[in-house]
Amino acid sequence: MIEPNPYKSLFAASAQNKRRAAAEKRFHRLGLAAIFVGLSMLAILMTTIVTKGSGAFQQSFITLDVALLEAKLDKKGTRDLDNLKKVTTFGYAPLIKVAFEQVVVARGIETDLTSKDMAAIVSKSAAAQMRDCVLNDPGLIGTTAEFKFLANSWIDGYLKGRVTRETIANNKNVSIAQLDFADQLIELGIIGKSFNIQFILGADASDQRPEDAGIGVAIIGSFAMMCVVLLLALPIGVASSIYLEEFAPKNRLTDFIEVNIANLAAVPSIVFGILGLAIFINTMHLPQSAPVVGGLVLTLMTLPTLIISTRAALKAVPPSIRSAALGVGASKMQSTFHHVLPLAAPGILTGTILGLAQALGETAPLLLIGMIGYVATNMPETVSQGLLSPNSAMPAQIYEWAKRADPAFYERAWGGIIILLIFLVTMNLIAVTLRRRFEQRW
Amino acid sequence: MNSQTIKISARHVDVHYDKTHAIKDVSVEIPSNSVTAFIGPSGCGKSTFLRCLNRMNDTIESCQVSGDILLDGENIYDPKVDPVQLRAKIGMVFQKPNPFPKSIYDNVAYGPRIHGLAQGKSDLDALVEQALRRAAIWEEVKDRLSAPGTGLSGGQQQRVCIARAIATAPEVLLMDEPCSALDPIATAQIEELIDELRQNYAVVIVTHSMHQAARVSQKTAFFHMGTLVEFGDTKTIFTNPTDPRTEGYITGRIG
Amino acid sequence: MPTYILILMVIALALLGFWLGKRKVNLAAASLHSLPVHYATYVLLMTIFPAALTLVIWSLAAPWLLHEQGLTLPNTNDPVAQADAALKSIVVIIVAVVSLFFAMQKVSPKFRARNVVEKFILAALLICAALAVLTTVGIVVSMVFETAHFLNLHSWKDFFFGLAWSPNFHGDSALSILPLLWGTLYISCVALLVAVPVGLLSAIYLSEYASSFIRSIAKPLLEILAGIPTIVYGLFALLTFGPFLRDLFGPEGFFSVGWMSDARSVATAGIVMGIMLIPFVSSLSDDIINAVPQSLRDGSFGLGATRSETIKHVLLPAALPGIVGAILLAASRAIGETMIVVLGAGAIARFTGNPLEALTTVTTRIVSQLTGDGDFNSPETLVAFALGLTLFVLTLGLNIFALYYVRKYREQYE
Repeated sequence: MIEPNPYKSLFAASAQNKRRAAAEKRFHRLGLAAIFVGLSMLAILMTTIVTKGSGAFQQSFITLDVALLEAKLDKKGTRDLDNLKKVTTFGYAPLIKVAFEQVVVARGIETDLTSKDMAAIVSKSAAAQMRDCVLNDPGLIGTTAEFKFLANSWIDGYLKGRVTRETIANNKNVSIAQLDFADQLIELGIIGKSFNIQFILGADASDQRPEDAGIGVAIIGSFAMMCVVLLLALPIGVASSIYLEEFAPKNRLTDFIEVNIANLAAVPSIVFGILGLAIFINTMHLPQSAPVVGGLVLTLMTLPTLIISTRAALKAVPPSIRSAALGVGASKMQSTFHHVLPLAAPGILTGTILGLAQALGETAPLLLIGMIGYVATNMPETVSQGLLSPNSAMPAQIYEWAKRADPAFYERAWGGIIILLIFLVTMNLIAVTLRRRFEQRW
Repeated sequence: MNSQTIKISARHVDVHYDKTHAIKDVSVEIPSNSVTAFIGPSGCGKSTFLRCLNRMNDTIESCQVSGDILLDGENIYDPKVDPVQLRAKIGMVFQKPNPFPKSIYDNVAYGPRIHGLAQGKSDLDALVEQALRRAAIWEEVKDRLSAPGTGLSGGQQQRVCIARAIATAPEVLLMDEPCSALDPIATAQIEELIDELRQNYAVVIVTHSMHQAARVSQKTAFFHMGTLVEFGDTKTIFTNPTDPRTEGYITGRIG
Repeated sequence: MPTYILILMVIALALLGFWLGKRKVNLAAASLHSLPVHYATYVLLMTIFPAALTLVIWSLAAPWLLHEQGLTLPNTNDPVAQADAALKSIVVIIVAVVSLFFAMQKVSPKFRARNVVEKFILAALLICAALAVLTTVGIVVSMVFETAHFLNLHSWKDFFFGLAWSPNFHGDSALSILPLLWGTLYISCVALLVAVPVGLLSAIYLSEYASSFIRSIAKPLLEILAGIPTIVYGLFALLTFGPFLRDLFGPEGFFSVGWMSDARSVATAGIVMGIMLIPFVSSLSDDIINAVPQSLRDGSFGLGATRSETIKHVLLPAALPGIVGAILLAASRAIGETMIVVLGAGAIARFTGNPLEALTTVTTRIVSQLTGDGDFNSPETLVAFALGLTLFVLTLGLNIFALYYVRKYREQYE
């Protein structure tokens, strides 16, 4: 039976009500905790990236005066470029040893190291650096020039605190005596850290030279792929969205296409990599590791998402606009291209940028078509080289670094992530600004 | 009806949404065991004021209520009052029938279950049956209590919603245009029901139909642009209004 | 001649056609059916399209045909390649000139140029729309073909019902999908155990409890997690989270229990993947919970229910089909995720229930079988296509199911 209401007074809470209020509070806190978990994960992720990656932008350099002896580099004394080119990096390496011997004497450094061990603290890229410099300006031969060499990754790690005397006990690559030597050079200001533009502009380096590895060429690879994606995905995506949204009759075929697009958008990206490998490389014999193939694969991957966002933008244009255009005698095609498309353009652009950002961060399909790291050692010089010659991409380069055994590469992987995220944040900011600026509400 | 006790008394109530001043200094006294109708042109604030009476406006973030509303002499906006407890005493029926996507039985049993009003299954069964009977829907649904409430017709849904409100054993029933989504036959059934309900409850009904107000209510309050223009016996309001705006509305010149 | 000069020449011819077409109708004194620009565009399209088609087909077919005969094209100094390029240029130019001529013949004031041009554009739009289907067909065909090839070389019984995965390049490998599926499903379950409660509760909090101010801050912040590329999560799993877990459960760890030997494990990959999926689950559930009509909330509040009672007894049951759909979509994401497991899960195929041990997954094996220098006709490489097909079928099935659920749910409240 319906009893009279058990709540006699509004001010007297029953036991039942106290229980319910407590349950309510618990649930509220549970929700708050969930948000907190999510946000703290974001915070942890971001701090990890920044603290671990910022080191990659700083590098230890050794500043040395090197006597470029004519006897070693140009025995004939002709300064003929072809002759100079015959001297390999092995010809330059002894000069560094000499330079160290001179520094030790001149600055009164106490060390038992042999000149070979002293020279070993310099990156293996130093000889090549000198050689390039001399080939650029043969006039330097016979003079003493100041060079700023990269320190090798162990010394660099020592300066950054990654390498300590304890951690290298059984390490063959670096000895405690070398660290002592480095300590003295640091005090004299010969070794010091400074901003390393080479990391942002340079190419990947071999396993042996983590200190020399840069992400610049991979950035160009990513950029080339994004150009391909933009040039293909935008027109094709807009065209198919216009067809589906404005012209498609409601029949089985268009239904099928729609369901297909919705499902393609959720197909794992690696499947697109398999498709690219099977069709573009194995069947059509396009060059392996080429950014144009990567671009094609990413285009196929981005198209469904792009079509979905473009259709949403077209759908947001009110039908009254279409009726108005048709009412003054425009054809359906004219109404679409003269009125609907321009009004939907900001939305389409926003969706495109977000699609590009997604493609830029994609790794898995690139691995399958051979765009792994360390395939390009030089900047591409022409547009067709940029598209066709083997290259890597930012995320694939990061993956390559993460896989290598030397922990010095991890710092570069995190640093690469910072650069990748800077690109993504910029693209997202542009998209958000566009949306804010041009968003129309009908 | 002879002079009744006052169930709800609102004094100098103001409601603000962000910058809009929706209710301006409204004072009204709602008697028990009778039907009070709020009428007025749309946007006049009658629904907003109704939602103040059971603090439904609490769920809207930007809504600010000031003034006193007393239920049996207790201020419902006192910070110590739990709105949950208040709403168990003041039931509400909405404009559009809104049965939960559950069975008819579970719809009606929902209130008693959360408030712990029934001891055991048989008690709950009896309670549900009584509520459905009072809402004059028992005969139509007794054979399909486990069918989903959303499968009923609009008028039946609204009566199940009334049964759902009654099952919580409220003292007051607020009805926000309960017939506006219904056809004339269903409307007549609901109006008949409202007239019966006033035996047990104080009923407050918001309506946009003057005829409905005249048919079912004993007291009528006329709202216009957020103010209470006139409040009194329904007969007086409709036959001899004192304010020219009320007269204008009733004769069809305003609204 | 280089291809780009050829393309420029065709474009020049087309522009000439544009000008000629316009001139012809402008000179005709009769009233026109369409605007002059339509006639001009008609000639332009009719010039460019056959030539472009010829060029594309030639460029695609020639390398393939030559490859069949053991030649490669990119080498431009090859006499065959030079002959090919010269012949191609001549044919394309002839096609362009001939079609320009025919188009000009058609142009007259009575000619319905606009209708033809619009039909042409419509056809182009339809072809673009069909490309999505073509992609699907491409995926299926390429994988089915290679999978068939694989099953010719390797016993299907071993692939579907074997219990071991140990490829070796001397042949005679055990290549069973079962241990890989076990790893995939185990890691996905761990990911969902993290993502579903956190994501769902976040969505509930944001849509039912949070003030609009908190919502406007927390929601975009959470969604940042969804915009971070998976390689970042992979690196986080391998270099930060895995070592952290090992520091807790490893032999010299905080609890000194020695349950974990490697930083890579089911928990490493699963939990990090769960973090990635939080915003995915929460934004989908948020949409779904918001789609529940306000009148149901009002009805419940009006009866004196608290917020949590309204959520548990009214909103969640009403939103259940949609939420199930969202979870299925998240599951399909987890199964197909690659980079996190490649870096965080390990490479050992086995059946283990210990979440702190390394396991491998379908996607990990696809990457490792296809990135080596293996022979492309060996079962060890081809098995990747069979794995890919399985993955595709699995995720497609989940998606179709999930989209069906979500759509049905949406229709209920429309």
